[in-house]
Amino acid sequence: MIIAQKKPLEEIIDEVKDFNRLLILGCNECVTVCEAGGKKEVEILASALRMYFINKGDEKKIDEKTLERQCDHEYLEEIRNKIDDYDAVVSLACGVGVQFAAETYLTTPLIPGVNTVCLGANEDRGLWTERCQACGSCVLARTGGICPVSRCAKRVLNGPCGGSTNGKCEINKDLDCAWQLIIDRLKALNKMDDYEKIAPIKDWSTDRAGGPRTVTREDVKI
Amino acid sequence: MSDLNTAGNLEKVLKAGHIGVTSECGPPRGSDAEEVKKKGALIRDYVDAINVTDNQTAMTRMSSLAACIHLKIMGIEPVLQMVTRDRNRVALQSDILGAASFDIPNMLCLSGDHQSFGDCAQGQNVHDLDSMQLVQTVRYMRDEGKFLGGDAIKRPPKIFVGAAANPFADPFEIRVPRLAKKIACGAEFIQTQCIYNLDKFKEWIRRANDRGLTEKTFIMAGMTPMKSVGMAKYMKKRVPGMDVPDEIIARLSGVPKDKQAQEGINICVEHIQELKELKGVSGFHIMAIEWEEKVPEIIERAGLYPRPVI
Repeated sequence: MIIAQKKPLEEIIDEVKDFNRLLILGCNECVTVCEAGGKKEVEILASALRMYFINKGDEKKIDEKTLERQCDHEYLEEIRNKIDDYDAVVSLACGVGVQFAAETYLTTPLIPGVNTVCLGANEDRGLWTERCQACGSCVLARTGGICPVSRCAKRVLNGPCGGSTNGKCEINKDLDCAWQLIIDRLKALNKMDDYEKIAPIKDWSTDRAGGPRTVTREDVKI
Repeated sequence: MSDLNTAGNLEKVLKAGHIGVTSECGPPRGSDAEEVKKKGALIRDYVDAINVTDNQTAMTRMSSLAACIHLKIMGIEPVLQMVTRDRNRVALQSDILGAASFDIPNMLCLSGDHQSFGDCAQGQNVHDLDSMQLVQTVRYMRDEGKFLGGDAIKRPPKIFVGAAANPFADPFEIRVPRLAKKIACGAEFIQTQCIYNLDKFKEWIRRANDRGLTEKTFIMAGMTPMKSVGMAKYMKKRVPGMDVPDEIIARLSGVPKDKQAQEGINICVEHIQELKELKGVSGFHIMAIEWEEKVPEIIERAGLYPRPVI
């Protein structure tokens, strides 16, 4: 899923201070699971903003709403008849949701309330970690199911680099060396011979290098 | 390994069966070329070629290629170090051609320290290729005379291609398979990480010998003299992938502070003398960091001077 992190309250306050009527808009998908932008976080942010502005003697209208998905025009339509009641919307969706909302409501300022961090998973209580960089050309079949593109700080395809120490990455002692994990997994699969296969120079045109990406499926087009 | 691919001295010395000697010179954090020239002049007669580091530890410095050109103009043979951290395949190929246009005959292909260690921790890294793929790229440009895109290169680069190996990084069991991969990619010489743990290095070389890898590439053992016990402790604790045994620290601690630098040189000389005899060691790469003036003494005392003239 998409992992996001709440923006600091001060940053949001600075963005919204000149608006009087605000809608805090949550999303019931990834950002709910990673506890950054679901119904609960919408309530917390709305309360914090109300308190802040009341203390400043600047009482604003701050409403709350959480949609099933913001990355879907159908669900965004649910707020169409209310959107003109607001001067701005603070969206707690990922960057995709914020942009879809902005595209849907052309004249309403959209302010992101979270930073979109990565494609990852919940590894432990309070810990979300990256697993994929959407490079558009998956190498996992050749790397024991562990991704060197997203999990190696140098995205080395023929690793590990010389900085791997005690299974950890040179940039952070708490970070696993992806290539140590790959080797451990190849061993478990009894496929260590695969280690010596040279990963060819990668075609990064399917990555962000090739420009904004699209997937077109004739078979699902109407 | 007998045919020559370049006009370079390092390739000739190694292929003639002599023990090769290289050292290194870090470009300055400024635009004064005199610093590079001074370092080069200090060691030129004691080595077969001089490596020029490429923004080592990710600190921004004068470009490796520019510093190499300064040395080359002085008649000193450079080994151009190039990391994949800062340049994509367009820039890498372009710089390889630039180096070849000055007849710089050697290159060392590296991935580079992560930018978080340097002065641009907020910068992007590139890593379009990894170090092995850079080795493949240079070999392809030289041997096939083509760009990665497939077009022919007018006057292809004549470059002797090297890679680094760290016998001490983890996991140890893949250190020799990793060397094998670098050789399979086309690495003609290998310069190793600084060696302090001789037993571990010997085990690595033994495994490389067993696989016949030392017949396929020239392994130059990396040597860095310790200036002080403080440096030894720092390298042990703080430098990733460095293996400094406690005996080295104990030996340096055992002499007065003003004698520690000399003791560091003594250790370095003894290590070279011991490893010189080891099957599979083809040369030495002496990295006296900001201590270039000691390189001649180390090389002379280790019995590696004068350098062969071919």
